[in-house]
Amino acid sequence: MSNTRGLFAGTQEKKRREPISNTNLLLTITVCIFIGMYALAMLIWGGGFLNPQQFFDIFNNNAFLIVISCGMTIVMIAGGIDISVGGITALVTMACVVYLDDHSGSVIGSVGFALGIGIAFGLIQGVLISYLEIQPFIITLAGMFFAKGMTTIVSAVPRTAIHEAFVALKQFRIVIPGIGSYGKAGNFIPARIESGVIVAIMIVLAIFAILKWTRFGRNLYAVGGNGQSALLLGINVKRTRFYSYLLCGLLSGIGGYVYLSHTGAGNASNATAAEMQAIASAIIGGTLLTGGVGNVIGTLFGLLSLKTISNIVIASGLREPYWQSITTGLMLCLFILLQSLILAIREKGSLQQLLSEWMKIKSKKNTEDLST
Amino acid sequence: MQNVVLSMRALCKAFPGVRALQNVDFTLCKGEIHALMGENGAGKSTLIKVLTGVYPKDSGQIHIAGNSKEITVKSPQEAQNLGISTVYQEITLCPNLTVAENMFIGRGNYRFVNWRSMEKKTTEILAKLNIPARATQQLATCSLAVQQMVAIARSVDMDCKVLILDEPTSSLDEHEVKKLFALMRELKSRGVGIIFITHFLEQVYEICDRITVLRNGELVGEYAIRDLPRIQLISKMMGKDLEDISALQSQKPLQEVKEDAIPVFEACGLCSAAGVNAFDFKIYGGEVNGFTGLLGSGRSESVRAIFGADKITGGRVKVNGKNVKISKPKDAMRHGVGYLPEDRKQDGVVEDLSVRANMILALQVMKGFFQPFSKMEAEAFAEEYIKLLGIKTTSTDTPVKSLSGGNQQKVILARWLLTNPKYLILDEPTRGIDVGTKVEIQKLVRKLAEEGVSVTFISSEIEEMLRTCSRLIVMRDRKIVGELGGEDMTQAKVMHTIAGEAVQNG
Amino acid sequence: MANAFKKFAKSQLAIPLFALLLLIVFNLIRDVGFFSLTITTNNNGNAVFSGNIISILNGASELAILAIGMTLVTASSKGQDISVGASAAIAGSVFVRVLRENQITMPIILAAFLASCVVAIIFGAFNGTLVAVFKIQPMIASLILFSAGRSIAYWINGGATPTVESPLLSYIGSFIPGIPIPTPIIIVILFGALVSLLLRFTNLGLYTQAVGINEKSARLNGINAVFIKLLSFTVLGVCAAISGSIAVSRIGLINHETILLDIEMDAILAVAIGGNALNGGKFSLTGSVIGAFVIQALTITLYAMKIPSTSIKAYKALVIIAIVVIGSPIVRKYALWLRDKLFKKPAKAKQTDENGEFAL
Repeated sequence: MSNTRGLFAGTQEKKRREPISNTNLLLTITVCIFIGMYALAMLIWGGGFLNPQQFFDIFNNNAFLIVISCGMTIVMIAGGIDISVGGITALVTMACVVYLDDHSGSVIGSVGFALGIGIAFGLIQGVLISYLEIQPFIITLAGMFFAKGMTTIVSAVPRTAIHEAFVALKQFRIVIPGIGSYGKAGNFIPARIESGVIVAIMIVLAIFAILKWTRFGRNLYAVGGNGQSALLLGINVKRTRFYSYLLCGLLSGIGGYVYLSHTGAGNASNATAAEMQAIASAIIGGTLLTGGVGNVIGTLFGLLSLKTISNIVIASGLREPYWQSITTGLMLCLFILLQSLILAIREKGSLQQLLSEWMKIKSKKNTEDLST
Repeated sequence: MQNVVLSMRALCKAFPGVRALQNVDFTLCKGEIHALMGENGAGKSTLIKVLTGVYPKDSGQIHIAGNSKEITVKSPQEAQNLGISTVYQEITLCPNLTVAENMFIGRGNYRFVNWRSMEKKTTEILAKLNIPARATQQLATCSLAVQQMVAIARSVDMDCKVLILDEPTSSLDEHEVKKLFALMRELKSRGVGIIFITHFLEQVYEICDRITVLRNGELVGEYAIRDLPRIQLISKMMGKDLEDISALQSQKPLQEVKEDAIPVFEACGLCSAAGVNAFDFKIYGGEVNGFTGLLGSGRSESVRAIFGADKITGGRVKVNGKNVKISKPKDAMRHGVGYLPEDRKQDGVVEDLSVRANMILALQVMKGFFQPFSKMEAEAFAEEYIKLLGIKTTSTDTPVKSLSGGNQQKVILARWLLTNPKYLILDEPTRGIDVGTKVEIQKLVRKLAEEGVSVTFISSEIEEMLRTCSRLIVMRDRKIVGELGGEDMTQAKVMHTIAGEAVQNG
Repeated sequence: MANAFKKFAKSQLAIPLFALLLLIVFNLIRDVGFFSLTITTNNNGNAVFSGNIISILNGASELAILAIGMTLVTASSKGQDISVGASAAIAGSVFVRVLRENQITMPIILAAFLASCVVAIIFGAFNGTLVAVFKIQPMIASLILFSAGRSIAYWINGGATPTVESPLLSYIGSFIPGIPIPTPIIIVILFGALVSLLLRFTNLGLYTQAVGINEKSARLNGINAVFIKLLSFTVLGVCAAISGSIAVSRIGLINHETILLDIEMDAILAVAIGGNALNGGKFSLTGSVIGAFVIQALTITLYAMKIPSTSIKAYKALVIIAIVVIGSPIVRKYALWLRDKLFKKPAKAKQTDENGEFAL
């Protein structure tokens, strides 16, 4: 008797605890996968993985991707998608190099130029998608092709920036005190990060704050969760969607400049498949394809997981570049299916609520059985 | 009256071909729960949509308490600002946000979110209204009843004077309904005027003070709850006076069914994922029976289960005495069952396709993927049935969406007649179509029965059911509560069974 | 006569044919001899037709075939498959791989083609499963293959860009001796005939449209919507295999990075120009094929205007944006409103609705 009562109390106790939400569940999975993977890589392959610089190089090499993934996350939370981010990045790199070198522009001017291109794309795509209600996929796919085409119109051949002030900016490194590795001669080489990384991290924090603490940020979640409801709750759905694309365009512009500050070259093939990596990062980081769920910290970890896997693939001997996009594709596929599964479970949950009438009868019977 | 919070006078609203509201008056007092009753197409939802600014009104006045000036509501947003809030059957909150956010999002003028004060305020409101939810909880993890209560709490916190509850109880269980009612009483004592729309009569009598009945877009009357017994309410909704009902002789049943005959279709303990309780059912050759009950009683879900339209969760099915498995519509079609769905637009017509393609669709599917009809054959079928049913269309190539509602319905009817069914299910075939077509369809049903086809007929109009059916299965709360045939088939008896009262002087 | 014209103006083919006409007129104004057809002798000593018409028809072959499959996918699943280029690259790689490992004879070419078909069908079914069973938007589902596909193609040939040389292969890619018309054009005609037979002797068309317009209703009429969607993706797989094989045969090598690059964009564009709604429902394969020719004509025109091949996609993107903007219901509504206002016509709701498409 006392045994059954204990059992019953136990279930009640369980009910009271806050259940983990889907967002946090997906985020937790990703963070665990990332940490586990990195630890495993350190144990198995050691070498490069034990070198802090390799860890920071993930940031150095992918700072632009972090920035545009943030933009992608915003658009996806609002229930949309933006394929044009990679194209815009390429266009920005090329346009800025040409501006700096051929038109003797200033660094500040080139930054403004990059932001301007990004905002222009975001503005036009945002208007077409949110106010004319055209499928975002078609518009942004066209946007990507337009941007890539424009890149070759600006300059048909790859260009490398030689502008002095810009090259100085490009070569600027921030030394992280205390962390580093020992060279062959036993000398201490401190870890270095590029200026773009600082920008990327600041953007991640800023977007995190916007999504969490501003009215606009919360409206994004509401619009993505259920646009119809959001409208009835008094949210300007069209304007919110429009701002999400505008912000994503702006971030693509910034991402383009960060890319440029990393490589210093304008090239039509820059940031190829970046849109796909950005989407993959967001999805792996727990952003739902259907919208309304996700955050940029998750996206950051999604990106880190993706790149760590790439490093592992390389470390395990599959050096050909095609392995990377195959593993990215596989990861994306895996997480899309995982999401679909979680959504199905969630739907089933609501189904149970619909059927709760006779289920309640059952549970009542159970409790009666227990009490007698 | 001093304490009127909302009054609507001579409200009219027409849609192309339909007069949805004609001179409807409605008055809501402070601190009352006012039921708005009526069958399908009576104009309840149109009235609510006009009031909340979803549709513009054609004529008439709307007044809000303490303001002699007439108001025009242009959007749901504006309605909310005027103190008119609506809580729909489907939750119109965001399931991915927390309870606190759902309470406050889209309100007021702020730029940054202060989570702590928002959650504190929410906790206070929840405690005050006795709602069992936590402010930090994600809304999706709450039960539907609690979600509904959160929506109500939001409206209340926005200082609403008029709260419209549009079928809030249809997906709640008894226990949850009790909680909801407790909340409604609490609001009532605070002076909120509540408009309550439901199909459950018991609930009306449990909680409401007054009732306004609509029928065919017209006002039938406004009554205090104690002046209107259940049976009278039903007769008002159905459009028949009680005296008339008693006087009306029921028509002779079509034919006597031999008890030892093998039923054309028999179901035992059938239930589906759409939430209908396990039920037994059988129909004999040439019989016309009907499922009756108010909307939401489970009548449509039952016939959908018979056709395999929803996921079948249990039960056995026999066709002509043989056990068969029906798990999807195609199985049912193979055994000679046809189904005309309730929602013509959502489930029936394939809008952009031509009249011809819509007609031959079911027959074509039965014939097989690799044997399409030639254009000539299809044309011949279409021409034949256009003539037979008198469908008004310019050609067989016309997209079905450009036809009127009645003609669309006939096209779907033709679709199933073409398949030569042994058993035809017609779910509300006469809804939203003109009287002439209604009569034609009723005649057709009787003719089919004479030819030996079994028909299950569903209609919101009792009279129509009595005219066409030889047996009625009465449903309430997703359960079969009675079966009437022969002598018992009178309007009074049917209404008593629907209402769940003992028959008085039938 | 006027009536017949009105009927034509309302038909779906009006837009693509009008676009084609516009391009032809533009080119004739620019250069009267643009469409002249000549007979020349090619390297193998065959007398063959040449000229801009032939290069338009020939160049549009792969696109026309893909557009047919893309139309079916669009109609049934209300979205587009953006992985067709990658799928074609994979199919082409399989084709090359089989050819390289064997002595090239006609049966081997056939076997290689069948192998590429099988592989492409598998990848098509993969996309189809994600869409039909897991209910993922087609564009997202195909994004996986869109990005990974070309790498898979590279991997199939062991990370190289191999060449295959055989006169037999050039028969497929360019000319069969004695026939003055490029073989790809003949393949398009044959495939077109095959598909029209398929539509004639099965219910594919009716089912696909029913599923695309109203899936619920289609299900209640006994149509297996999942199967139909899967089928449309497998048909698209076959289309990818055919166009991949043609593309390989043309140049006798496969470069996974450049083969049929950006063709997914063109295929979607062809479907849109063909007057098909991009969110599913009624379709016209003829329209899409004409759409493909329009795009190729546009490309050739742009080439003729000395616009570099890499920047052509910017112009095409503008065309596609213009088309979807004109096609958007909201723009149409405003256009009608504007027309009514300008011409002071009383709002005849029904009539304007029907003519709305051409009000612009």
